Amino acid sequence: MANTDKNSYTIGFAIAMVVLVGSVLAGTFGSLKTKIDENKKKEKKQNILFAMGINKSTLTKNAADATSPVDAAQADELFSKYIGDNQYIIEGTKATKSDKAFGIDVKKEGQKAKEAGYVRKLPLYIGSVGGKKSYIVPLYGKGLWDAIWGYVALDGDLKTVKGAFFDHKGETPGLGANIKEAFFYEDFKGESIYSGAEYKGITVAKGNNDPKNERKNDNKVDAIAGATITGDGVTAMIKTDLKLYVPYFESIKVN
Amino acid sequence: MAEVAEKEAKQKEPLFSKKNKGLMTDPLFDNNPITIQVLGICSALAITAQLKASIVMALAVMFVLAMGNVVISLMRNIIPSKIRIIVQLVVVAALVIVVDLTLKAFAYELSKQLSVFVGLIITNCIIMGRFEAFALGNGPWKSFLDGIGNAAGYGLILIIVGFFRELLGSGTLLGFKVLGDPIEKTGLYALGYENNGFMLLAPMALITVGVIIWIQRSRNKSLIES
Repeated sequence: MANTDKNSYTIGFAIAMVVLVGSVLAGTFGSLKTKIDENKKKEKKQNILFAMGINKSTLTKNAADATSPVDAAQADELFSKYIGDNQYIIEGTKATKSDKAFGIDVKKEGQKAKEAGYVRKLPLYIGSVGGKKSYIVPLYGKGLWDAIWGYVALDGDLKTVKGAFFDHKGETPGLGANIKEAFFYEDFKGESIYSGAEYKGITVAKGNNDPKNERKNDNKVDAIAGATITGDGVTAMIKTDLKLYVPYFESIKVN
Repeated sequence: MAEVAEKEAKQKEPLFSKKNKGLMTDPLFDNNPITIQVLGICSALAITAQLKASIVMALAVMFVLAMGNVVISLMRNIIPSKIRIIVQLVVVAALVIVVDLTLKAFAYELSKQLSVFVGLIITNCIIMGRFEAFALGNGPWKSFLDGIGNAAGYGLILIIVGFFRELLGSGTLLGFKVLGDPIEKTGLYALGYENNGFMLLAPMALITVGVIIWIQRSRNKSLIES
């Protein structure tokens, strides 16, 4: 056995280890990347469908499944059935039908938009179920620890929330992570994002005293105890990201 | 910890000899990593607000600790002692990343549930502790058993703490409303019972762990230091 205390051995060992581990990890990532990307795309489709009210119970007709998204295996099929090519890129008040909308990285667009003069490309999905349209907007923001994101579906009147879906990268389990639980996002259903003619968004409010969410026009939903920062993140996300679509929504309301 | 590591049996012994079984069962109670060695407290506080998260974390740590122990044990004679901590860190980080990627590709739903915990495994002091104290001085099979045993001891405490925090904090277990509905005022809530929101915060996990240590030491006086 070689002398493992020699400097040359130590350096040699370190180099060999780094090369070996590096190539194993790179190889694993390279071989799994297409599969991982495919899973992420399916998840996005599941989430968009979920926000517009297409969930597992749509197929099973069992009310208890209403809090689960559709199965990943059916995501592609259902997405093309309910949304299909009704994907638009919004720039200001101009909407262009484009199959590139799905690929837009909301986070990267948000960063690009900080440069002066850049017109942000906003993806918008229009779903229709039985002739009723819903407008689904992706949101991206900050929670307590890491990124949070979501999809909000608006009714045809472009004022009332039809459904919402939120997810997070690393919020605290049991506290902030509860934004993806039914009791939280269910409260958004039926809430108005307008107060009169003015865009207000929806505030995740403490001391709202409305646990059953009976007041639909107060622009407020009940916050989660112990998750103030995550809740504020959701509020901010709706205030800023959803507001970007308002000029376009106003323009199609007039027409 | 160290005395266990030095007791390496030289003679051939059966796979599940008494000593080998001890490697698995000791960490469950009298040498528990959390309550006796006070390792892995950080994750025990952070993720035990829900029972499900506790169980998932326990299983994930068990896999990484058992695998890592075996890998380190196989390499124990060629690892330069000067950089052994770095080597241990690289092994556990590489294992965790491979597990994470594999889950993302083949069990995406499960990987979404694990989310933050996968990363947290790397920082778990029990893993580095067992590599250092056991795997570097023992053969692969013993190290494997030691890994399973210590992870089970860690998981046991996690599950106990998770059980009480979720039950008393949210009134649910694994998401099921076992005490009734707090908004509709059914079950216990109809009698005026309220959830203790304090149980959801990390300090109460520390107090719960403290109570477990107290119970354990009052039942087994030999654990009390003079």
